[in-house]
Amino acid sequence: MTARELTLDEIESLAVGAWVLGTGGGGNPYVPLLNMRALYKQGHRAHLMPASDLSDDDLVAGAGGMGAPLVGAERLGDPQTIVRAVRTMEEHIKRKFTALMSVEIGGGNGVRPLMASALMKLPVVDSDPMGRAYPEGQMTSTAIGGLKPSPLALVDVRGLESVVHNTPNAKWTERVARKICVEYGSTAIMCAPPRTGAEIKKWGIHGTTTKAIAIGHAVREAQRRHEDAVAAILAVEPGVLLFKGKVVDVARRVTEGYLRGVLRLDGSDDFRGVSARIDFQNEWIIAYRDEQPLAMSPDLICVLDSVSGEAVGSETIRYGQRVTMIALPPPEIFLTPKGLDRVGPRAFGYDLDFRSVFSS
Amino acid sequence: MRRIGIDVGGTNTDAVLIEDGKVVRAMKAPTSEDVTTGILDSLKSLGSTGLLEGKKIDGVMIGTTHFINAVVQRRHLTKVAALRLGMPAAASLPPFCDWPEDLAALVCGGVWMVEGGHEYDGRPFMPLDEAAVTTAAHEMKEKGLKSVGISSIFSPLDPSHERRAAELILKVIPDAVITCSSDLGRIGLLERENAGLLNAALADLSRDTIAAFEKSIKDSGIAAPLFITQNDGTVAEASQARRLPVYSFASGATNSMRGAAYLSGLQDAMVIDVGGTTTDVGQLKNGFPREANSVVKVGGVRTLFRMPDLLSIGLGGGSHVQLDPLKVGPLSVGYKLLKDGIAFGGKQLTTTDVAIASGVLSLGDKSKVAHLDAATCKKVFAEAARLSEEAIDRMKTEAGDIKLIAVGGGAFLIPDKMTGVSEVIHVEHGDCANAVGAAIAQVSGECDQIFKDMTRVEAISAAQGIANDRAVAAGAARNTLSTIESEDMPLAYLPGNSVRVRVRVVGDVAAS
Repeated sequence: MTARELTLDEIESLAVGAWVLGTGGGGNPYVPLLNMRALYKQGHRAHLMPASDLSDDDLVAGAGGMGAPLVGAERLGDPQTIVRAVRTMEEHIKRKFTALMSVEIGGGNGVRPLMASALMKLPVVDSDPMGRAYPEGQMTSTAIGGLKPSPLALVDVRGLESVVHNTPNAKWTERVARKICVEYGSTAIMCAPPRTGAEIKKWGIHGTTTKAIAIGHAVREAQRRHEDAVAAILAVEPGVLLFKGKVVDVARRVTEGYLRGVLRLDGSDDFRGVSARIDFQNEWIIAYRDEQPLAMSPDLICVLDSVSGEAVGSETIRYGQRVTMIALPPPEIFLTPKGLDRVGPRAFGYDLDFRSVFSS
Repeated sequence: MRRIGIDVGGTNTDAVLIEDGKVVRAMKAPTSEDVTTGILDSLKSLGSTGLLEGKKIDGVMIGTTHFINAVVQRRHLTKVAALRLGMPAAASLPPFCDWPEDLAALVCGGVWMVEGGHEYDGRPFMPLDEAAVTTAAHEMKEKGLKSVGISSIFSPLDPSHERRAAELILKVIPDAVITCSSDLGRIGLLERENAGLLNAALADLSRDTIAAFEKSIKDSGIAAPLFITQNDGTVAEASQARRLPVYSFASGATNSMRGAAYLSGLQDAMVIDVGGTTTDVGQLKNGFPREANSVVKVGGVRTLFRMPDLLSIGLGGGSHVQLDPLKVGPLSVGYKLLKDGIAFGGKQLTTTDVAIASGVLSLGDKSKVAHLDAATCKKVFAEAARLSEEAIDRMKTEAGDIKLIAVGGGAFLIPDKMTGVSEVIHVEHGDCANAVGAAIAQVSGECDQIFKDMTRVEAISAAQGIANDRAVAAGAARNTLSTIESEDMPLAYLPGNSVRVRVRVVGDVAAS
């Protein structure tokens, strides 16, 4: 395997880019980034490798957090607990992993496997099963590919360790794991079902860590030059500007281990006199303009700080903030009939056919 | 209504008397090293006009950059003991972990992390380890630490562990000054904890400064309550400001923008405040400064404060001028302007010298700057204008020309015609806009409580009603009230539909 050492500057960019791809959820990567800064200061290093360099019998651990991002902002998170999730799985399957992977590139989970990489000296594969962030475990390319939905390990910083040993499908894994996560306090560190190198090569969404670094780099460069950082994202990604305005209301509640709610915006600039609304379940799921659907999952709905271009999360967005909403195109696999079954508007309880902002 | 507004700036201490909505008098005195003398001097000169004779003053409102300057300049800070309740969570990121190293070295007197804290639903995360808190308190005492910042996981939802820990510390260190992070608001452990630690670091300075303010007022013979202006353009009573000095951090900038709005009668405009060393550019929306959008860093520390969105550039009345090649600022002679400037017998050419040479200002000795010809002066003014135009353009949120209010002692650098500006407005008393802003500071009302068996909309509207009533009781005119913060958190662990709502409203002082 050829893995290269990531620089701390790349990880700084990754944190910014992963937050954009988090589409409101996945938790702010700031806390994982702080952990990375501390680990680099102690002399630890994280490594990245392309999926194409995996051998078929490599064993890959998806390591990351699940739960309500609001809780993550209070409980923070530490590298040792991520290592413990991976070790718990190794103990359960009686095999050692040879690589790590992100469970979702969006948000804090885009950075978390690097925390384990730095301590375990295992490389992180430059792929993930979402290409963004999603609230539920079956909303993945690996679930669409029909890969084995178990076992899944869940640990908590207080020493609690659980394994969901066997389930018929990813939806069941999600249901059972979510109950455990809620008992842990609506936050848990998980090790996803182990995958072989062959499975990741076939079903992973590739190059997503590199993509997040590029987006973050564009934003940081624009900030440094005092240029329009939102425009900088749209220059490196084929996205569309959907709305610009000010937050006039946020209603949120933590239920069933998710942060759910509704965000309302009043338009500014070219959108004066127009209102927008975004429904969220951790992530921004569906956006409306004057109560007409404007954009919906699986298109990536990204809400950005209009000034800094950095993403704003569903757990921290607040009254009065000036934001810009853009859409980025989704991974191809989510546009297939099987993909839309899992992550289209109906998967979130909306009786709507998927219409992409990129199809017209 | 009769109020005195005072702005204690780096160079001057300004005082204004406002009577029934009109600026009756404005005074300037140099800021003194001990602060007190400067305030006393400006109050005395107000008194000497005879305007205060036999009249009741409703309040003296002081705006100061003291607290934020202490953090930025790393001066007069108290060593702080940081106690976090939440182990074993977050152990890899202890208090001060994201502070600039130099500031952490100055402020951090020790870090203690013990078990405690809550879950999002109100259950305890871990029982509070009271024995460990008491042990920590004894260690703090041994180190001679008296200022303590306590943070706890989910304390905005349930502050009981922080409060209990404070009680335990006071048993060991009876004169401890304690900041609980739950007093500073919102979700986000690190940012809330940072705000608490900054507040604790200001404990001594805040006590001394407020005491000095009170003494100045007393010594001037004025019998009026002291208020300190806050970041959001409202005032707090002296006792509260002493306890939570971080809420006064950005009041200087807020005051100058609110003062500019008041003096010009404009609600929406760009404001440029040209001081001695720096120029601040900000935007007024509905009479209030537009807020910074992102996470605000104070002296390099990440916080969740609401602050006005400002762009500062190194341009002012004391800016160094270099003629070949032409350069204006960012260096400045600062408070030594009347000594180091060429027109005052000094050696450093400043923007004020250029203004004297070209007849814009009549100060100092004009013959000393006679060598500056008209063409040279024009070039210097053009450069100052260019720097200002650039800053204004960067602060604009929409294309098109905008009205500009020029205030501050260095406002002479702002020409009447500028690119991107439809009209430049110079106002009377504009050089004392900060003090005017302090004098007209608003009154707030807050409601932070749990509502049961109501829908979210009903709960928010109930909270709003309570906050409105409180603001009116505190002296606000009901028809001027507006909501500036509204936050609600459902409490899933409580029976019924329980929601915690926090609403803050502000309004103008009612005419009496």
